Amino acid sequence: MSNTPVGVVGEFTDPNVITHAASKIAHAGYTKWDIHTPYPVHGLDKAMGVKRSIITYISFAGLCGGLSTALGLQYWTGAVDYPLNIGGKGFFDWQFSIPIDFELSILGTAIFTVFGLFHLCRLPTWYNKYQNDASFAKATDDTFVVTIDADDDRFSAEGAQQLLRSLGAENVHLVTAE
Amino acid sequence: MMHELEPVREPLVLGNPSMRDVTARIASIVESKISLKYLLTLGFTATMAAWGLFALYYTITTGIGAWGLNNPIGWGWDITNFVFWIGIGHAGTLISAILFLWRQKWRTAINRSAEAMTIFAVICALTMVLSHTGRPWLFYWLLPYPNQMQMWINFRSPLAWDVFAVNTYFTVSALFWFVGLIPDLATLRNYVRSEIAKKIYGVLSLGWTGSTRHWHHYEIAYMILAGISTPLVLSVHSVVSFDFTVGIMPGWHTTIFPPYFVAGAIFSGFAMVMTLLIIAREILDLKQFITLKHLDNMNKIMLATGMMVGYAYGMEFFIAWYSGSDWENWIFQNRLFGDYAWAYWTMVTCNVVSPQVFWFRKLRRNIPLMFVISIFINIGMWFERFTIIATTLHHDFLPASWGYYSPTWVEISIFIGTFGIFLTLFLLFAKFVPVIAIAEIKSILPGAQPAHHHGHDEHAATSSTTSAEVHS
Repeated sequence: MSNTPVGVVGEFTDPNVITHAASKIAHAGYTKWDIHTPYPVHGLDKAMGVKRSIITYISFAGLCGGLSTALGLQYWTGAVDYPLNIGGKGFFDWQFSIPIDFELSILGTAIFTVFGLFHLCRLPTWYNKYQNDASFAKATDDTFVVTIDADDDRFSAEGAQQLLRSLGAENVHLVTAE
Repeated sequence: MMHELEPVREPLVLGNPSMRDVTARIASIVESKISLKYLLTLGFTATMAAWGLFALYYTITTGIGAWGLNNPIGWGWDITNFVFWIGIGHAGTLISAILFLWRQKWRTAINRSAEAMTIFAVICALTMVLSHTGRPWLFYWLLPYPNQMQMWINFRSPLAWDVFAVNTYFTVSALFWFVGLIPDLATLRNYVRSEIAKKIYGVLSLGWTGSTRHWHHYEIAYMILAGISTPLVLSVHSVVSFDFTVGIMPGWHTTIFPPYFVAGAIFSGFAMVMTLLIIAREILDLKQFITLKHLDNMNKIMLATGMMVGYAYGMEFFIAWYSGSDWENWIFQNRLFGDYAWAYWTMVTCNVVSPQVFWFRKLRRNIPLMFVISIFINIGMWFERFTIIATTLHHDFLPASWGYYSPTWVEISIFIGTFGIFLTLFLLFAKFVPVIAIAEIKSILPGAQPAHHHGHDEHAATSSTTSAEVHS
């Protein structure tokens, strides 16, 4: 078990350099790699070749779910289950249903968006294989930290380190599990 | 100071700090020792909260009869406070959502604390509205649930809409706030030295690593949340105003109420944000991030929304006259000269007259003055809601039942208590949660974004044109 390679880590500090490096690493054919940044860097996801998020579809599903719940609830309770004559008004009319249709649509969208985000980012995951690495911890402070995982098909400890160094990374090193 | 030319726009963060400075400045608030001053303030606000909770306990065990409500006046301080607190919350959502969609970068310094205020204010509002039901332990009667009477709630009633609107507002605001907090909690997890604090922030940050793949989802999710919060915040106070407008009472039954309430909510919310931020930037030493430019911008918004509110006050009188309705006409004359004229003129002085000083740049940047004005506006906006409720109710259609309403010690105590709850929660927040959105501040620092964003390093600027420029 001792010294199984986990991956290679390299530090960047310049947003221009990291954006350039991101496209180079992606072109080199790596797939299991990532850049950890303290804030979203514009265009970095595109340079990495990240596919557009499906979260918009999840949100839309939440919207549809909320809206149909609201319409169904007001129609079924008012016009089907217990029709009650209130001031001679209709048992169900879309006009009076609008406020609740709107609120539940928003609520459904918000809940689906947040939990969709959690799912797509695999949150919560209270463990990370790099968590004991000192460089990795800087990613929430002021450093752009590239990680290339050892289980990538193209991974070789030497090759990955060399690539990162050639792209301008500092403090490039191999992380191993004990 | 080093530049020969003044920059066209004022910098949003003063002193040109590095990323590490930003982390250290904001995260260190959490680690700094709890001062005696903080404990004394917390003790004071907690006592206020406890006193209010005692008054609530007294109300619940005795009944609403403990309040000063009487036959024509069924709504008094309870609903006034409810509308007041819900309104306070609106500035937070405006700053976090609407200013986000408008790409107003100055919002990053104040959005976190304003959003926190939203949540705490809605908690106070829920306290008021639950206690005014009389038997708050039966709160679930407000919800559509299958019961032994096989009856459902009346979905035509604005009071039912209100339940949905306020609960949706609270849930969405809390989710939005928490999503914004995740990256900053991760920063704290990696920053704090204490093992226990590390564990707590570690659990709360859900294991956020700052992965670009995650940021990609995160940014879109944040945009969607901002996009839905924008109509939400407009809808919530509109629905609150329906509680009045759908009734047939003169003075309430008007179509101007929804926009008028929303403008008033934003107006009062900004005033409250201003009051608390002036204190917070002083005590927590955040002048570097919450600059005069931020305060200036907020004063402009207060001036604008104050004018909208002033316009609505005027338009109400015009419509009352133009409608030709004797009852409408009379109720508005009663506002000007009747039993509650003192409340009406307090409102006009505080809300319409006092913000006029903000036409002048010098006065918009005068901190003691804006502090005083923000408190005037808080008072004025409370009186606005009180005027609307009391003037219409105290002289109803039947002159024999006309009356006058004053609160008892119980209502006053509950109102003080809601301030206690609000301030206690805010103090706890200011100490244990990053008061300023760390990740967002970093993203707007000069040179934080690739290429055309004030690139100082020439070698980096040339090497990045390949990827960053092409995509942006």
